[in-house]
Amino acid sequence: MSENGPGAPHQPGPPLWLLAELTYECPLHCPYCSNPVNLGSREQECDTDTWLKVLSDAREMGAVQLGFSGGEPLLRKDLEQLVAYASGLGYYTNLITSGIGLTEKRIAALREAGLDHIQLSFQAANADANDLIGNKRHSFEQKLKVAKLVKQYEYPMVLNFCLTAQNIHQIEEVMALCCELKGDYVELATVQYYGWAYLNRDHLLPSQAQLIEAEAKVNAFRDNQDGKGPHFIFVTPDYYEERPKACMNGWGTTFLTVAPDGSALPCHSAKILPLTFPNVKDKSVQDIWFDDFAFNHFRGTDWMQGPCKTCDEKDLDFGGCRCQAYMLTGDMYKTDPVCSKSPDHHLMAEAVAKSQTPERELVYRDPKVKIPITEI
Amino acid sequence: MSELASKVPKLNRLFKFQFEKAQDCYVLLFPEGMIKLNSSASAILLQVDGTKSVGDIVAALQAEYPDAEGIEEDILAFFEHAEQKRWINYV
Repeated sequence: MSENGPGAPHQPGPPLWLLAELTYECPLHCPYCSNPVNLGSREQECDTDTWLKVLSDAREMGAVQLGFSGGEPLLRKDLEQLVAYASGLGYYTNLITSGIGLTEKRIAALREAGLDHIQLSFQAANADANDLIGNKRHSFEQKLKVAKLVKQYEYPMVLNFCLTAQNIHQIEEVMALCCELKGDYVELATVQYYGWAYLNRDHLLPSQAQLIEAEAKVNAFRDNQDGKGPHFIFVTPDYYEERPKACMNGWGTTFLTVAPDGSALPCHSAKILPLTFPNVKDKSVQDIWFDDFAFNHFRGTDWMQGPCKTCDEKDLDFGGCRCQAYMLTGDMYKTDPVCSKSPDHHLMAEAVAKSQTPERELVYRDPKVKIPITEI
Repeated sequence: MSELASKVPKLNRLFKFQFEKAQDCYVLLFPEGMIKLNSSASAILLQVDGTKSVGDIVAALQAEYPDAEGIEEDILAFFEHAEQKRWINYV
């Protein structure tokens, strides 16, 4: 944007990706949950009509990928109605689910409604570890049943595993399970530390040696696939990197998240920042995307301080993640400390060192049913 | 023509092919992703219906674009690429 001169209005393209977080309610209580620590209440959730308007407004602007997420989106009784409407508008509809509550009746109804794809999460490669991490008994068994139904109803199936120190040693069993379940794509995503996960970071962050070993095993597995079976995607965490991720492909360029209460956000963690975010209950998606102060705040590069301001890589990574800069340094304008050019880069090594000896216990959202996780 | 001519391509069910007004082009959509297609790729995929063979598609496009040179080679190269990318498979 600097070529337009300082203060020139930014002309973002449309939000191509709309993430509709229908509810924060979830049957699982994973310690790596990236949703906010404070989830609000279900009474604040958008009603059906509000969602329908968001879907049509964003589609009109050019949004094409639509994720129904949460929490667990299946807990919304209007999910089928929203999917049918979105499908009619021409979205590619993705259901991002734990699988808990996905009965054959619902999977058939969603197919009928035009749902394009189901992404099913697993917490580990076997029942004991899976059910402990999700803090829900028999959840593994249910997920296996759902995976079979997803294939039976001929949906493309993405399997998602969040990798942490709790399950990364199972990586080979995880890949074998994905082949058995006939996943089309598999996301092996090392957890990023936002929201609730940040509270448990010391317990969850794998060591660099664990990561190197896991990635080597994924590469070796891929080499033996011979073009068959799932497409494995290994997402590395940024704590061991020297350059930050190009977070959300740039603030307010591609992604629009609408949280359960209607808050419109440039990414699903942004609510932690000291900015006031607009709400779809009050404003149209168009007004929010193009004119809102918070959405324009980190567009382009004019907001940057040193070392980003004069960095020749600023158009590649946009200074990294604003939420991470804020969480780790207390200043949302600073360079993401993942960057080795950041004066705060030492924070990453300190976080890694601290994770070797966690000072406090792992915390679940629902402490009533806490299971000691160290027994996996 | 190669043995490819008798094969009948169909779109892999992982992909959805549609015109996107905002992009002003045809796209392939798949879980959480989108590929924008150029006009030649779009013209070829518009012919892919799970019944026409590659040979039929070449003939149809040659008839539609009589002035285009080397169109057959381009189409065959596209199908090789599309199969490698898993956009299509053969009936």
